[in-house]
This record gives sequence, C-alpha cells and structure tokens, in this order.
Amino acid sequence: MKVTVISQNGEEHDVSGSPGEKLMEMIRDAGLQIAAQCGGCCSCATCHVHVANEWIDKLPPATADEEALLDLVDDLQPVSRLSCQIIMAPEYDGLKVKLASGTEL
Amino acid sequence: MNASAGLVVIGAGQAAFQLAASARAAGYQERIILVGAERELPYQRPPLSKAYLLGKTTREGLAFRKQEFFDSNRIELCLGHVATKIDSHDRVLHAGSARIEFDRLVIATGARNRKLRDDLARLRGVLSLRDLGDADQLADALRHASRIVVIGGGFIGLEVAAVARSLGKEVVVAEAQRRLLGRAVSPQIASRIQRRHVEMGIEFLFQSMVANIEADHGRVSAVHFSNGSVRHADLVIVGIGVEVTDTLAADAGLAVGNGIRVDSSLRTTNPAILAIGDCASFPGEDGYLRLESVQNAVDQARYAAQVIVGAASLFYRAVPWFWSDQYDMRLQMAGLSSAADQFVMRGDAESGQFSLFAFRRGRLIAVESVNSPADHVMARKMLEGDCRLSPNEAADRSFDLRSFVKSGKREIA
Repeated sequence: MKVTVISQNGEEHDVSGSPGEKLMEMIRDAGLQIAAQCGGCCSCATCHVHVANEWIDKLPPATADEEALLDLVDDLQPVSRLSCQIIMAPEYDGLKVKLASGTEL
Repeated sequence: MNASAGLVVIGAGQAAFQLAASARAAGYQERIILVGAERELPYQRPPLSKAYLLGKTTREGLAFRKQEFFDSNRIELCLGHVATKIDSHDRVLHAGSARIEFDRLVIATGARNRKLRDDLARLRGVLSLRDLGDADQLADALRHASRIVVIGGGFIGLEVAAVARSLGKEVVVAEAQRRLLGRAVSPQIASRIQRRHVEMGIEFLFQSMVANIEADHGRVSAVHFSNGSVRHADLVIVGIGVEVTDTLAADAGLAVGNGIRVDSSLRTTNPAILAIGDCASFPGEDGYLRLESVQNAVDQARYAAQVIVGAASLFYRAVPWFWSDQYDMRLQMAGLSSAADQFVMRGDAESGQFSLFAFRRGRLIAVESVNSPADHVMARKMLEGDCRLSPNEAADRSFDLRSFVKSGKREIA
C-alpha cells in the first residue's frame, strides 16, 4: 500500500508499506527525514505529521497520550498527528500527509 | 581498512547514529565513518529491557535505519571494530590493525555495565543487559527460569523484573541502598513504583549486597546477601549501574572525571575531538553532569553536528527527560529532581495518575509523572522556557497548566 508524504522541503514522495506497520516506520524506511527519537513509543513528538484534510476523519482518533504529546510541537494544527501512532490498514491506502517542521534529523 | 580524513565517530549507538545523520542533514560534505564494536546495524537500546524482551519487537524493528539509509547518506559503517587508540597529534584512530584518519573525532562510546566480582559474574545463570546479544541471551534464559533474583533496583533492574513477573516468574529484587531508583527519581515516586511491583508479587530486599552466589555444577542455585538473607534462584540478573568508557580518551591525554570532560560546546580538552552521550561529562548548572538517556544522546548529537558544520548556538542546553515502562505504569521524568527542597503532588497517588513537582528555592526544577503525559509535556515546556509556576499552582488541579504555558507567563524578578 502507498502513502504520499510531503517532506519538510515540499517534495512529494510515494512511500510503501504493509498493513500493521506504523506510518512513522514507512516514512523512516523510505529514507525520508524523520527524527522519531523515541523509536515510536509515543514519548517525543518528533514524528509529527499534518494529515490531509480529506483523510483526517478517516483515521481513528488520537489517544489521550498522543493528544498530550502533540502539545510539544511547534506547528500544531487541527490535522496534527504523531505518525508512530497511525497503524496502517488497507483502507488507508492512498493516505496523504506532510512532515511538520521539527521532525528533521 | 585505511581511510582518509573526515568525521570519525567512535561508537554506533543512539548518540553516534544521530550525530552522523544530523551532520549529513546539516550539510557536512566530507566522509563520515562510524566505528562500532558490535556487528549489528546501529539499533535502539530502550526496547531491550521492555518490548524486545517480551517478544513484541523484532530484531529488525530495533534498527534506527536500514542499510540503504547509510548508503544513500554516505555514512560508512565500520562495524565489529573496537577502537584501541586515539592518536590526537596525527589525528588517527586505531581500531586493531585498522588506521582511520580524522579531521574531527566524536567519542560516543557510552558506558559498560558494572559487574559482580569475577568468580560470580562467570557462573552460568548470571546475566546482565546492555546490548542485543545480552537481550537474546536473557530472553532465552527467562523462558527456562522459574526463580529470578534481580540485583539492583534501578531502571534496568525494575524493567526486567516487571517483564519477568509478567511472564509468571518468581522475582526478588535486591537493592544495596534503602530505596529504589536512588540516583534517578524522588523517594515519593520510587515508593509508588515499589508499591506497584509489590502488588504484582515482587519481593524486595533493601540494604542487601551480594556476598556470594551458590552454584550447583557451575550453575546458579542461590544468592547469599551480606545481611544474611538467602534466596534461591536459577537466574540472576545484574543491573548495578555502569562504568563510563573513558579509558580511550584518558589514554589520549583528554581530561576525564566521571566521564570524558567536555566544555559547554561539547568539545573535549582537544578542540578537534568532541564527546557526546552517556560517556560525556558536561557542565550543568551545578557542576559537571553525565546523563544516561536517549534524550541526552540525541540532543547532544544534534548540537555536536551543528558544532561540526560551524552553525552551533553559543552553548549546549537541553532539558533532560527520560521514561520507563513498567507493567501499566508509564513513568516520565522531566528535569532532575535530586537538588529539590520542596515537592508538591498534583493528582491522586491512589488513582495511579499523578505527578510530583520538584522545586528548589521556589523554582520548578523537575516533574516526575506516573501515567500523566500531559503534565510531563507541560513540564518540559515550562522547564525549557522561563515560566514560573508556584508550588500552590502546581498542587491545584483546577489550575490549567496548558493555558498557563500558552500564556507564557514571565518570570518575576
């Protein structure tokens, strides 16, 4: 399955992965810049993405932990999510996100 | 291998990986070479005592990045090579027979586990946990063990104890001091953590040093403590802290003292050589500080990368934070509470969701949270900035920390 990821500098990349994988891992394994300092355990907020408007409501809502962590980011928007908390599922094929600032290595 | 000059990093752990990645991302153009003693692709250590030990994370899942990342970023991995000597005059790193020239050297050698005395450490069934090999060995031993004695009530000991207990093992944790986590968190949080472990069926022994380990045909059978207690065990896990790996630096004439001494821009006493992560002793507010955490490794690596490309801010500064997962408890610490003169509780300790706010002369210096991520996040924000929160405000749950932080209330002189 594919996800379109817009990197911090505005370039568009198609990254691929499998259901069950974390979106953060797909982005990381595609070689894009994503710090993901804590390795995906919802502790650092350095895998912050803005989800495309048409997709945000299709994802399960953020947990209280994720909501709390999102307060750490610089560019918080209503479509902000932590990509380590988005577990890929077949219905998310074609998902589109943008890497927020603060996620650089 | 013989290489021409560039940026050479000794170590391939969290700090080393981050430094290489950040230096390249910051536009460093020369060669970057990581020299690591282990053969694995650089990997994350925190899950080794948690998810990996429980079988919830695969080996591949631990790697920071796949090989292609290192290839495409021209980060050369010189793995399975132990650095043996730094020739700081000629700027050459020796790793056995390999000779690697450098313009800039970064030491990120971390720390090694403190051991029990040799004759005890050597027994079958006495294990410790530092690297992936240790974790594999421990995971295997846990499958076959039934009675486990954990030596040391620090984070590693407690995390491993929690894993062992959740696998249904009988677990005793022995600590030399009077309480758990003496170096890491406040007594109040330590006692709450202890209570959760006791509820889960762990037995604690305090002020208990290992006097001897009894063995049957070279295999552990019981642990004898200096206060006379004896506990049967078929597996002993040793988590009694670390020794910093600074001999390489000391031999090269760099200043050391509980770690490799660095200045406020993380340079050692030789300006071409920096030290970062667990092995670095850096100037803090109250003297030199050495921290063992992911945050410290990452933040120092990112700063050092900026130093290397000549774009660093005047001095390194970061709010320390770290975390631990034990059973259903997510522990999150921001700042360092050891110098506190006042503690204030926010939330209800009985409910298992609360934070302890630590003050020194009325100023917030640390917050330790149990299952309260929002408090932790706000604490990090407050400690980064110049927000002044009063102890009364901290204790008052109707006082909204989030809007307090957002409003950016300024410190009153």
